[in-house]
Amino acid sequence: MSKLKTGVLGVFPHLDAACDAIRRLRHEGYEVTTYSPTPRHEIEEALGTQESPVRLFTLTGAFTGTAAGTALATWTSVDWALIVGGKEIIALPAFSVIMFEVTILLGALSTVAGLFLLARLPHIGPPEAPLYHPSFTAGNFGVFAHVPQDRYDQVQAIFAEAGSQEVLVEQR
Amino acid sequence: MATVTRSVFHPEVTGYEEVNITSNRMLTPPGKGYLALLAMSVTLVGMMVIAELHNIWYGLGMSGLTNPVGWGVYITTFVFWVGIGHAGTLISAILYLFRAAWRQSVYRFAEAMTVFAVLTAALFPIIHIGRPWFFYWLLPLPSQRQLWPNFRSPLLWDVFAVTTYLTVSSVFFFIGLIPDIAAARDSATNPTRKKVYTLLAMGWRGTDREWRHFTRAYLFLAALATPLVLSVHSVVSWDFAVSIVPGWHTTIFAPYFVAGAILSGVAMVITLMVPVGRIFRLEKFFTPVHYDRLSKLLLLTSCIVGYAYAMEYFMAYYSGELFERDVFYDRVTGDYWWAGWSMITFNAIIPQLIWMKKIRASQNSLFLISIFVNIGMWWERFVIIVPSLAHSYEPWKFMNYHLTWVEAFILLGSFGWFFMWFLLFLRYLPGLSIAEIKEVLPPPMRHPHAGDHLPQVNHTEELGNATPLPTGYMGLEERR
Repeated sequence: MSKLKTGVLGVFPHLDAACDAIRRLRHEGYEVTTYSPTPRHEIEEALGTQESPVRLFTLTGAFTGTAAGTALATWTSVDWALIVGGKEIIALPAFSVIMFEVTILLGALSTVAGLFLLARLPHIGPPEAPLYHPSFTAGNFGVFAHVPQDRYDQVQAIFAEAGSQEVLVEQR
Repeated sequence: MATVTRSVFHPEVTGYEEVNITSNRMLTPPGKGYLALLAMSVTLVGMMVIAELHNIWYGLGMSGLTNPVGWGVYITTFVFWVGIGHAGTLISAILYLFRAAWRQSVYRFAEAMTVFAVLTAALFPIIHIGRPWFFYWLLPLPSQRQLWPNFRSPLLWDVFAVTTYLTVSSVFFFIGLIPDIAAARDSATNPTRKKVYTLLAMGWRGTDREWRHFTRAYLFLAALATPLVLSVHSVVSWDFAVSIVPGWHTTIFAPYFVAGAILSGVAMVITLMVPVGRIFRLEKFFTPVHYDRLSKLLLLTSCIVGYAYAMEYFMAYYSGELFERDVFYDRVTGDYWWAGWSMITFNAIIPQLIWMKKIRASQNSLFLISIFVNIGMWWERFVIIVPSLAHSYEPWKFMNYHLTWVEAFILLGSFGWFFMWFLLFLRYLPGLSIAEIKEVLPPPMRHPHAGDHLPQVNHTEELGNATPLPTGYMGLEERR
């Protein structure tokens, strides 16, 4: 379900004020998008964030890597079975290094792929919440409430009560 | 009574914006000193290019490599630079997993150093193979003759280890940079810079969705980079240890190399941190705590390396193996005695001065020690490689190695190449990890004690009647 494209953005200089606003908005049943300069567990707790599924990408990538490393070293050795240095054709102690390195390589790359997919990066097309303020990468916290226009007054009141410094309204 | 919460590691930093302001200040047009340093680095790179062209045109005979010393300065310098990279990953990944909060302000430098050091190291095998345009023969690519590289060879393990390391550490570096590039984008005034940062930040806005996946992905990347960094120098050590050359064929090589790598890397971090901290006035971010922790890391790894030196001699003596004994006796008394002793003095003895608090607390003395260690660690690799080959087994084939100008130029050029990238990095990308430093700063709170979950990281002082610190973004305050 995509979030509403109308809404109100509250700019908060204080973390606890932003968290208050998030809790109240969620209590009212509104969807919110938050902005923060740094990841804060207080915000995640207020939002009730679930564990990110990035770890599944890591796991899948890493095991694919192990399989790929094993397959590459084994298959190429069998393809031209030449005994070198008295070692076995399929020399697992030697191949373990290749298996390990490819595990790490594909694990890391698929973690990044998972991050890009899940976090919707690089950002193409209209953003999740239409309003943004450049101070969100500096010191301020932002809370965008996805609400229809007739609820703007109520949300603005919640922001003011929680302690917002500035409120921006999406007009369309 | 007003209360102010300060970070234990950065007690002078007043709030979130100060991190952005400091980081942005580093991106402003540099002075003449910077341009002079950059020009010097580029000149050194030019010397390297000339030497390498000479090497290609007249062949590898232009280097001092011959029988029996077939590995010389190129491989020495390769191992040296791979080792330098290790401290960066140690600080960025391993200390991240250990939740060492002091790492946050140092790690961006260290990670950049890693990427550029591995980028430098990667040049050397390609130079060393003599016909660099055939470097792809190292890779398992399908060929018409259905020939594949030999996966039982440690040299091929090394190809995999180093390329994986270069890829993963670059990825880790760029992922960590995204939120900070977004911060640079939001405050950029120069239109070209704004455009470039906008492109590089990939639309990052710091939303809950982005942070949620970012923090997890970062954790897993750190968890993957940790065993990787320990494996890379182990694999590099097996290039030597798996052969039967006396002086190389030792089981302690992997831990010995990893400890040495971290020793040299930490030394390079200190070598870079002291001048950068002074030039950009970062004393609020590189506090005495940071130097103290880094110097202890230097001391610890120096002790491990010193132990490994002693153990090598013990094993040579106790094994009763004639050739092994002879090589180790030759290292400190033979033609290369000066290299052997400078390695022992610079890496195992001089860093012991750090036990003294006075020396540990002085940036100047730490800087000096770090320079000694850098030089000593280059000699260590030289001592392992060259004297062992020059003096192995039968006396009729003993022969010394003579450095040529081509190799000297390429060695110097590698420093130019490394510093060129590092200087460009300082000028164009956020040198402080803005978002991560904020993780250890106390968050701005209306009610200071409400969110104080981390008493070991932050401490709250009663300040009498002093006014609370300003919070919020300065631009916003002015606009209102």
